[in-house]
Amino acid sequence: MEVIFILIAVSLILAVSFLFLFFRAMKDGQFDDDYTPSVRILFENQPKKSKKDQPKKTKSYE
Amino acid sequence: MKPVSSSEIQAKCYHCGETCEQESLVFDDRRFCCQGCKLVYEVLSQNDLCEYYQMESTPGKSQKANSSFKNRFDYLDDSEVIQKLLDFKDEKESHITFYIPLIHCASCIWLLENLFQINKSIFGSRVDFVKKKVQIKFSHEQISLKEVVTLLSTLGYEPKINLSDLDHKTKNSIDRKTLTKLGVAGFCFGNMMLFSLPEYFSEARLLGEDFKRLFDYLNVVLSLPIVFYSASDYYLSAWNAIRQRKINMDVPIVLGIIAFFLYSLWEIFAQGNAGYMDSLGGLLFFLLLGKIYQQKTFATLEFDRDYKSYFPIAVTRLVQNREEVIPLFKLQVGDVVLVRDEELIPADSLLLSNHANIDYSFVTGEEVPVPKCKGEWIYAGGRQKGDSVLLTIQKSPSQSYLTDLWNNESFEKSSTRLLEPLANRISGVFTWSVLTIAVVAFVFWFGKDLSIAVKAFTTVLIVACPCALSMSTPFTLGNTLRIFGKSKFYLKNAAVVERLALLDTLVFDKTGTLTDPANASIEYFGEPLSSETQSILKAMVARSTHPLSNRINLFLTKADPTSLANVQEIKGSGILADYKNQEFRLGSQRFAGGLDHPIGKEGNHVYLSVEGVNLGYFHIQSGLREGAVKVVNDLIPDYELHVLSGDHAHERESLIQRLSSRLNFNFEQSPKDKLNYLKALNKQEKNTLMVGDGLNDAGALQESQVGIAITDRVSHFSPASDAILDAASFDKIPSFLSFAKQSRSIIKASFGLSFLYNIVGISLAVQGLLSPVLCAILMPLSSISVVVFTTLATNYMGIRKGLIHLNKP
Repeated sequence: MEVIFILIAVSLILAVSFLFLFFRAMKDGQFDDDYTPSVRILFENQPKKSKKDQPKKTKSYE
Repeated sequence: MKPVSSSEIQAKCYHCGETCEQESLVFDDRRFCCQGCKLVYEVLSQNDLCEYYQMESTPGKSQKANSSFKNRFDYLDDSEVIQKLLDFKDEKESHITFYIPLIHCASCIWLLENLFQINKSIFGSRVDFVKKKVQIKFSHEQISLKEVVTLLSTLGYEPKINLSDLDHKTKNSIDRKTLTKLGVAGFCFGNMMLFSLPEYFSEARLLGEDFKRLFDYLNVVLSLPIVFYSASDYYLSAWNAIRQRKINMDVPIVLGIIAFFLYSLWEIFAQGNAGYMDSLGGLLFFLLLGKIYQQKTFATLEFDRDYKSYFPIAVTRLVQNREEVIPLFKLQVGDVVLVRDEELIPADSLLLSNHANIDYSFVTGEEVPVPKCKGEWIYAGGRQKGDSVLLTIQKSPSQSYLTDLWNNESFEKSSTRLLEPLANRISGVFTWSVLTIAVVAFVFWFGKDLSIAVKAFTTVLIVACPCALSMSTPFTLGNTLRIFGKSKFYLKNAAVVERLALLDTLVFDKTGTLTDPANASIEYFGEPLSSETQSILKAMVARSTHPLSNRINLFLTKADPTSLANVQEIKGSGILADYKNQEFRLGSQRFAGGLDHPIGKEGNHVYLSVEGVNLGYFHIQSGLREGAVKVVNDLIPDYELHVLSGDHAHERESLIQRLSSRLNFNFEQSPKDKLNYLKALNKQEKNTLMVGDGLNDAGALQESQVGIAITDRVSHFSPASDAILDAASFDKIPSFLSFAKQSRSIIKASFGLSFLYNIVGISLAVQGLLSPVLCAILMPLSSISVVVFTTLATNYMGIRKGLIHLNKP
């Protein structure tokens, strides 16, 4: 039964780390705006190859 | 992207979706309605940001109306202004938050967050869509604030910078604090429940004695953050109340917390029992939950706006015939300022130019501009329509006729004149009776058994702790707030609901509140109009955006507009058109040269002349708002009604005829008179409601128990008030008031419910029978049942009042 002491310690550490994560998220402002991220996630996030990159392409072609 | 068919290209501007009239504006095979739209597209295509157009079709805003004199952002070079606007600044970067009303779709978010692709000196930007704000981080060594704002405005996203932005903004740290407290309470409460579980089944003896001790001690440790951190607001509020020799709802709560904590400590350390720490955790968790539920706010709305959030931040001053843009706070009496089309008059001043046309719609609610002549006094808050005018400043912006209202003592919000919430009044009685019961129980047991006497005394305090009592108010009011919000009636906070329920005197502003400019009555006097003339007039007014043109347009419903080649709108004067070589003029008396109109007929007159010969005039009078008669009739039996108006008394007869003779009419009321009128009513111990719409009602809105600002566009400017009502919901005012009353009854009923729980709990407690298990069951049960009751009851009432629509898609 002594294993329970360890389990309690583990469970408390786990719970405290969740609490800590919650604080961090709060500080980052995760709860300030709950709408915009839902739109933002749908954006393509790789920067599109711009015209300036095109000469580079031909270079590699050579 | 799908290829756009040629007919579509022909019809619509690629940027904003408006119809293209000019042929020449083509770029990249795409058509644009104006230079501005084309420019935005060019900037975006150069920077490879055309994805903007793929997310939503025609996401832009027409750039036609953009006022674009070059030096309007010059004030942003002023280091004092920069310092006040920035959120953060270090050696390398600056952060600033702009309010951009135009943000409306996913494309807007995408573009504004890709600003760094256009200008490398911008590190990044982040949009808050709901608040329509964007925070931009930039290197102030490479790009100035002015350049950032100019960039935004070339893209069509011109930020709105107001005078109030210069006063330091309060961040939403209060919200975060309550959330953190709730997080801590939730964490501790959850773990305490876990550690208390063996105690609930103590008969079964699942674990050995040493485990039980360990769990008890862990509970004590976990209770510390709750008692000393999460509950701190309650101590503060209770202490403040006691210092003012009052008892509010938080006093019995604090009493309960202390009793819970000390008694449990004594139980655990002296008696070797389990204590009630888990119930204490639950209590605070539920209390904080209720608090957050009640704090529902409407993020896009601002209730505390004063004239500062409406006035421009900068004005154009003329010094030795040279224009310079200066921040408003540097403006001095005697300065000569230039006010352009659509700009605001910053302070009371005299007109130097020959003519001006001032729109006072923000001030009075009347949207038809007032013509002014040279040398006339012009009040701050008007908006110039037409050509630029010159003014000399006569008073500083904060001392003007209108803004002087804000220096009145009513604006130093004294909470004493406001009604006290029901819960606070009950809690006095409640606290004293609980204390009495506890003392009686103690005395009763004192002779027989000291330990039972102590136990009975403390458990009475614990179980009577008004958890259910204090939950009923926030959940009822919070839900009422949401139901009101769905009907476009937005309250500043939950306390307003209770004040709404106790009103007995209602005061309405006339112009813009009881009357609606859009509901005008129009009459035509003069030579009868042939159907041909009507068609010409219709075509003329259709080209104009002036409010009177719109009304005449509605008046001429039957006519079909003819096509006119040459129509010219001369701002501030009227409309000029050529038809079959005849010159048609429609507009002011000065412009169209009309006869003197019959005196005594108030309202607006629009004159019509052909080739210099006057044919007649339109008489336009603003009519009553739709539903106004019904609202007044519904309210008359229960309330005392007053109407305040800044206009002359000539309308009294027709208003009495149209509304009711039982209204108290008051005419020729200045903004200050309105404030004093409300003050006088308050002195008579009346509970007043003020409904108004303009800045001239601001004083009265502030002085009343509840001030409702009525507005056509909710996110638009409205004066400081307790509530903002969308004009479309004006007819629901009687329902709102009676619903507020019912909410109050629901609170009372749930008080009854929680008293019932208290009686059961206390009767067990005085006998010394209360155990941790019973406490752990009773406490959440009472709270949850009260929450369920209030939520169901308010929703039911909302449906019956027609404020909740069940079959809405």
